[in-house]
Amino acid sequence: MLVGKKVPRVDAYDKVIGRTKYTDDLCDKSAYIARILHAEIAHGKVTAIHTAEAEKIPGVVKIFTCFDVEEKHYFPTAGHPWSLDPSHQDVADRLILTEHVRFYGDDIAAVVAENEVAAAQALRAIQVEYEEYPFVMDVQEAMKDDAPQLHEEYPHNILKHTTIRKGNYEEAIQEPGLIKVEGWYDTPTVQHCHIENFICTAEMEGDRIKVVSSTQIPHIVRRVIGQALGMDWGKIRVIKPYIGGGFGNKQDVLYEPLCAWLCWKLGGHLVKLDVPREETFVSNRVRHAIRSHIISWVRPDGTFAARKLEAFSDQGAYASHGHSICAKGVGAFPQLYPCDNVEADAYTIFTNKPVGGAMRGYGIPQAMWAVECHTEEIAAKLKMDPIQFRLKNLMPVGYVDPFSKNEMYYDTFRQCMEKGMAAIDYERKYKEYQNQTGDIRRGIGMAVFWYNTAVWPISLESSSCRMVLNQDGSLQVQLGETEIGQGADTAYAQMTADVLGVPLEAVHVVSCQDTDVTPFGTGAYASRQTYTAGFSIRQTALLLKERILKYAQELTRMAPYNLDIVDGKIIRKTDNRELMTLGELSAAALYSLEHSQHLSAESTYQIKSNAYSFGCTFAEVEVDIPMCKVKLLDIVNVHDAGTLINPALAEAQVHGGMSMGIGYGLSERLLFDPKTGRAFNNNLLDYKISTFMDHPRLKALFVENPEPTSAFGTKALGEPPTCSVAPAIRNAVYQASGVFINDAPVTPHNLFRKLKEEGLL
Amino acid sequence: MYDIKALYEAENVPHAIQLLQEHPEAQIIAGGSDVLVQMREGKRAGKELVSIYMIDDLRGVSYEEDGAIRIGSLTSFSHITRDPIIQKHINVLGEAVDMVGGPQIRNIGTIGGNTCNGVTSADSASTLHAWDAIVELTGPNGIRRIPIKDFYIKAGKVDLQPAELQTAIIIPKAAYEGYQGHYIKYAMRNAMDIATTGCSVNVKLSADKKIFEDVRIAYGVAGPVPMRAPSAEAKAKGKAVSSATVKEFAQAVLDDIHPRDSWRAAKDFRQHIAVVLAERALKESIRLAGGEIDG
Repeated sequence: MLVGKKVPRVDAYDKVIGRTKYTDDLCDKSAYIARILHAEIAHGKVTAIHTAEAEKIPGVVKIFTCFDVEEKHYFPTAGHPWSLDPSHQDVADRLILTEHVRFYGDDIAAVVAENEVAAAQALRAIQVEYEEYPFVMDVQEAMKDDAPQLHEEYPHNILKHTTIRKGNYEEAIQEPGLIKVEGWYDTPTVQHCHIENFICTAEMEGDRIKVVSSTQIPHIVRRVIGQALGMDWGKIRVIKPYIGGGFGNKQDVLYEPLCAWLCWKLGGHLVKLDVPREETFVSNRVRHAIRSHIISWVRPDGTFAARKLEAFSDQGAYASHGHSICAKGVGAFPQLYPCDNVEADAYTIFTNKPVGGAMRGYGIPQAMWAVECHTEEIAAKLKMDPIQFRLKNLMPVGYVDPFSKNEMYYDTFRQCMEKGMAAIDYERKYKEYQNQTGDIRRGIGMAVFWYNTAVWPISLESSSCRMVLNQDGSLQVQLGETEIGQGADTAYAQMTADVLGVPLEAVHVVSCQDTDVTPFGTGAYASRQTYTAGFSIRQTALLLKERILKYAQELTRMAPYNLDIVDGKIIRKTDNRELMTLGELSAAALYSLEHSQHLSAESTYQIKSNAYSFGCTFAEVEVDIPMCKVKLLDIVNVHDAGTLINPALAEAQVHGGMSMGIGYGLSERLLFDPKTGRAFNNNLLDYKISTFMDHPRLKALFVENPEPTSAFGTKALGEPPTCSVAPAIRNAVYQASGVFINDAPVTPHNLFRKLKEEGLL
Repeated sequence: MYDIKALYEAENVPHAIQLLQEHPEAQIIAGGSDVLVQMREGKRAGKELVSIYMIDDLRGVSYEEDGAIRIGSLTSFSHITRDPIIQKHINVLGEAVDMVGGPQIRNIGTIGGNTCNGVTSADSASTLHAWDAIVELTGPNGIRRIPIKDFYIKAGKVDLQPAELQTAIIIPKAAYEGYQGHYIKYAMRNAMDIATTGCSVNVKLSADKKIFEDVRIAYGVAGPVPMRAPSAEAKAKGKAVSSATVKEFAQAVLDDIHPRDSWRAAKDFRQHIAVVLAERALKESIRLAGGEIDG
């Protein structure tokens, strides 16, 4: 069995020696260089773009402005499966280049030049005239009657408002003796900061456009380029090579349509669009800042009578993934701590800011910040132990969500929490750190998280797989589910080898997706690759095995049901005799003069299930009160992601997510100039992503309860590690200082204000 | 790909001066960790560069005849940190420049570049101010030496005359002998960051370690250029080594510094931190000097 083993990544060697090819490595040196001119106002209309001076610069090929986009094909960008039902389709509100500027950084023109220097010089030489409109940067302001409107079809800038109603909130709060706990919780705008900035290239072959892109979602990119250019989808070919991270930013169609359009306008010449880091921060996608308002009515025994949540999600200027993010977070609210009387409202609001899209956790890190900060406050108000309060109220074993049919099969939360407490020595430290005085104080805290795997039943879940046997008994495996650094290819190889009965070395996973030849799949998102691909891998491997054994029958005269494939050999099960190797069989099949057959299999599996994936974070901090600084001393994440396909890769995945969570909790925030809407800190110096030096040793632990619905017992692990880190740190800061910080991140600036307010400074 | 009009490589100091005279618009480049970043941002795009990076005479730390410490302007941060002369006499400077950026930057970045850039946040600058450093400049009219506080004119502007280059930074013997110091970089991260505020303090204690014979303190990011805090120094000089003196000293820095309000940090926050840093850096300096304070 290879599933469950820490086998090395299938792509490790090439990545370590630097042989792995990424988009830029694949691009011919003859490529034209494209750069984008971004708007320098937050809201308004472009009235003129003067390009004459820029066009004179040697090396400039052509400059395209928003006025050159004659056919206005509005297109959606979210990396969601397409819906044949128009009412479920993503909002199509983007153009290749826009005259109507809706945020500082919107795309108004593009320069194409022979080299990067000429392109940069041309950008500086272009003059733009605008008619400026008032703009709005805050969600509450944006909902007001007199607020500037971003999109005519959405009054009060409300992209969508959804509600959850359970029981009767108003009646329930009349119960005598209830304790009211109320709070507002804010999360910041942050960016993914994947190492490889977004990059794509485009060139024409015949009347088709070939796009190579650093994307998570090649098949979706093909569809959207077709929509944006008004071109048949089959004329678009998208290739996804290895990519340097995505974290959801590349689960959006970013500049592939623009690059394809520029190439098309230039007669098919190869064009490369490599987005600088500063533009990646502002003009790609960001994590939605969400403001949440929670009221809980609690009985003195620590049970909930009624709860209310309002969440306001800052969508920025365009719809992208839109309401899905806020809706997911709000949807978790009544499930994580079930209560009979719940009112929850989710609002997604347009503002004149960078566009919110998918980012690791998809609304859950924001929701867990609000919910787990609030939970800590309830426990404090009731003077209850925060662990006991949670265990009393968390989703119980046997809980079934009526919508998704997800079920809580195990006592996961208790198991994860007990494991985490033991690992960090929680009980001793929690006692020791009560009631400290002095400048330097320590604290320990925790938070849990809710997550689910995949997107069923909200949208399509299907996975297609192709397996092709070689002469030597090895095989290629192709899937639409993409390797984006998480280690998917290695997990696929392990699963294939186990089901087919071949050694790991015999499985060649074709890492690159090419929409011309790769089976259809919607790509990497929703922590679903291992779960969804697992179904089609098992189904296709079984299909291939059946064909192999049928051919083995011709060669051996043995009944297929008496045959099996073990370690790359055909064996007779009745006496375990090795009859031939798979290589001998495959060569015989291909070169047979009587019955030649190319043994292969291909199938699609439609997934109609989903799975909860839960866990928690424990954090220990030291707060230096005069310095207003938090030092993270220790941190542990515990996950129940079902059966781990590869424990080493699982651990690595958790480490990455924890690092992202640490930045979210302590330092990262994209800041904007309220006077202009311009981002202040859209670079890796001023945007404080945490470094190796800011981390303690990251501990990742697991509870492996096999997921009953899964093809291999596994479920989501890509996004969950980011979800509970920030509130756990914040709750540890609370124990140390007695101060509740409700707006993430807990920066020294933030702590300074709060400590001063509370009289600690 | 950088937008560089031309690059002239200087072989020695006179050659560098000659190249700067021939190309008066040219920008001097040493390690390039500031200049190339600015070129990429478009600020110095299309400029001519005179590189002094190959002039090995400008590298290394040595004693001058009078016992002063001479740091060649091209000495990299990592070499300063590991230099035995620095470690023996002004270890705090080695510690301060070890907080610049990350390892790659500290290998390429030079102390001359760090000071000629003229920014208030440079990690070497507050320590050099606090140690009464002298800047040596070499130009067509020969060599001149000026105190570092006079070298800084305003934010981003230093006293470099046409065709002049900085050739050394000198710490006089009287400025280092008997002193011990400590630098605290207050930043949002433990690496790859610039200082929100940086504070460098050093002390010279009496033989019995009971009296402050001298106390010097300098800040980065407490004003447009690195600066000393003379009011604070006056509060401690000649006084008893005590927690009361330390407190009084730390509070007095507010009379000297004038940090600004910006999106990077608010003024009241910077002021608060400046006081805390003064107190902690002084306490650590006292400890390094073998002194003790009550409470």
